[in-house]
Amino acid sequence: MAAVKETIDTVAELERYKYGFTSDVEQEFAPKGLNADIVRFISEKKGEPEWMLEWRLAAYERWLAMEEPTWAAVKYEPVDYQDLFYYAAPKQKEGPKSLDEVDPEILEVYKKLGIPLKEQEVLAGVQGAPRVAVDAVFDSVSVVTTFKEELAKAGVIFMPISEALREYPELVRQYLGSVVPVSDNYFAALNSAVFSDGSFVYIPPGVRCPMELSTYFRINASQTGQFERTLIIADKGSYVSYLEGCTAPMRDENQLHAAVVEIVALDDAEVKYSTVQNWYPGDAEGRGGIYNFVTKRADCRGDRSKVSWTQVETGSAVTWKYPSCILKGEESSGEFYSIAITNGHQQADTGTKMIHLGKNSKSRIIAKAVSAGKSDSTYRGLVSVHPKATGVRNFTQCDSLLIGKECGSHTIPYIEARNGSAQLEHEATTTRLSDDQLFYAQQRGLSQEEAVALLVNGFVRDVLQELPMEFAVEAQKLVAISLEGSVG
Amino acid sequence: MLKINNLHVSVGDKPILKGLTLDVPAGEVHAIMGPNGAGKSTLGYALSGRPGYEATEGSVEWAGEDLLALEPAERAAKGVFLSFQYPIEIPGVPALTFVRTALNAQKRARGEEEVAAPAFLKLVREASKALKMDFDMLKRPLNVGFSGGEKKRMEILQMALLEPSLLILDETDSGLDIDALRIVSEGVNALRRPDRAMLVITHYQRLLDYIKPDRVHVLAGGRIVASGGPELAHQLEAEGYDKYLPEPA
Repeated sequence: MAAVKETIDTVAELERYKYGFTSDVEQEFAPKGLNADIVRFISEKKGEPEWMLEWRLAAYERWLAMEEPTWAAVKYEPVDYQDLFYYAAPKQKEGPKSLDEVDPEILEVYKKLGIPLKEQEVLAGVQGAPRVAVDAVFDSVSVVTTFKEELAKAGVIFMPISEALREYPELVRQYLGSVVPVSDNYFAALNSAVFSDGSFVYIPPGVRCPMELSTYFRINASQTGQFERTLIIADKGSYVSYLEGCTAPMRDENQLHAAVVEIVALDDAEVKYSTVQNWYPGDAEGRGGIYNFVTKRADCRGDRSKVSWTQVETGSAVTWKYPSCILKGEESSGEFYSIAITNGHQQADTGTKMIHLGKNSKSRIIAKAVSAGKSDSTYRGLVSVHPKATGVRNFTQCDSLLIGKECGSHTIPYIEARNGSAQLEHEATTTRLSDDQLFYAQQRGLSQEEAVALLVNGFVRDVLQELPMEFAVEAQKLVAISLEGSVG
Repeated sequence: MLKINNLHVSVGDKPILKGLTLDVPAGEVHAIMGPNGAGKSTLGYALSGRPGYEATEGSVEWAGEDLLALEPAERAAKGVFLSFQYPIEIPGVPALTFVRTALNAQKRARGEEEVAAPAFLKLVREASKALKMDFDMLKRPLNVGFSGGEKKRMEILQMALLEPSLLILDETDSGLDIDALRIVSEGVNALRRPDRAMLVITHYQRLLDYIKPDRVHVLAGGRIVASGGPELAHQLEAEGYDKYLPEPA
């Protein structure tokens, strides 16, 4: 209840995209464009082992032979891959980083974004408030990771993936690309060739990660693509909750963000992965904004393993993203909870794939799309049941809410059941934000914008409840802000 | 004092109210009765500012304010409350959340201190008890799956909590059985105060056995065609609205 009130307070206070500032940080860039030398440059910058360079080069070769996918229901200007910077890093000393050595300008950025990077600041907070460890990725590199030592005591590895490649090369090698193969798709191949940073998480057997982990992505430099790679391994019987957040400055150019996230869950492990995506969506006329072309996949390898994806997608000009679960383990379980909000000229083609290979595996999909302005939103999902997977269950619910008369919403569910014992349920609704509801709320004293925020928050409530508490409030505010000016 | 003077209201291009004039002093309860299609609900919507109900002529003054110049939320903050004939379902928003959000929005608009959760819950517990409502029901999304009677009680509960000064009840008796009608009416009567004006819109005299009006007006053809004391309601019940209907062309 307090959160709703806060939502409403915030609507009044905030500008539409409050994260749109740019920062003047001294940076070094790789030369523009993409070729094998750029791949070598990135690998060398990161001091990677030889096998990693080979892996990247092989990915680059595959990428050259592939074509950009066009099946998604989105339209955008073609990306000129030779007109991008593939590496932009704040200038700083090499070696172990402490906060004192980080460019104060960068610290200022995270302060403005409200991301706590000083451990003592987090500790000094309200007693009993949950603590969150943060890995802050600024353009192409990780600038700081908090609570590393405390996590290490529990055996948890949480560090930039570039560091993990140096410190735990065998662990990374064993799992990298094992969930999303290099050749999986065009953007995954590109990412494999040029990714420069991202987070690496390993939770040892039986360990319940003592705090929330989160990675905060910030694109700052102009004409720069961000290609981050996240790898999360939950060993047997472990648990981790992980959150990613992202913002970018307002620019009138389109910027490319092509990330890959891989999750591996072994026997009895559980991973909860939440995203609050708030990339710059472009201006009211549809100029600028981020192209968010992301491949996220979890491999529920172990029996009784469980992975839950929760996403709140409010930003980006174009979103192409399908967080998926391969349910290999017996009785493994996959969940996908999604809120996709589009306004202005935004386009989103998002959904999930639940691939049931294991016996008695189950999955649950709750997707809520809210479209306003001239935006367009598509839910695209696949539920697939392998012939040998008996006792599979799936429940899918797709709800769309339309605000105004110029937006579009589409639901494209694919179901492939090749085992007769599967129980698959699909429900879908499409509704328009009704004038009756709006007037009713206004008659009781809510302004039009407050009324929209309240009604939309009601529509997405099932999904908001899946977010970790501290992020649910944030997401609720974001819902309200993204829809400002959508009515009337 | 509510002063409606020569009010003309159109919905789309269609004129519905055609020169309605009515005064309701604070402390009084006035009933608006009339045949179907006379413009009774339109009056409620026009007073509360529903978009699409356009006042083309005339004026409405409430507590010295030009009501027609205000947004619906501003009117609510000035004390205007419309109890809907068909209360609207709000999926995903618990009734408690809805009412508290509305109450605090009004308080903010008036520059008053907001009500904190514990104090609010105390208020709700008392008010819901008086209306014989199950408190747990208020944790459910507002009006979703509520019976007709529950919805009407929910309207009166909101009225009690928001403490409006101009109370408009649109066909509050419709869909109520006799027990519910009694409970709802008692709820309304408890809200009668010298500083509050109440407009009770109803087709049937039945409700007025429970909520005793000071004055009764007949609305037909978009204007007030007759006014009188409570006895007028009984007369209408006996004779019907025939004599107020326009002659067939």
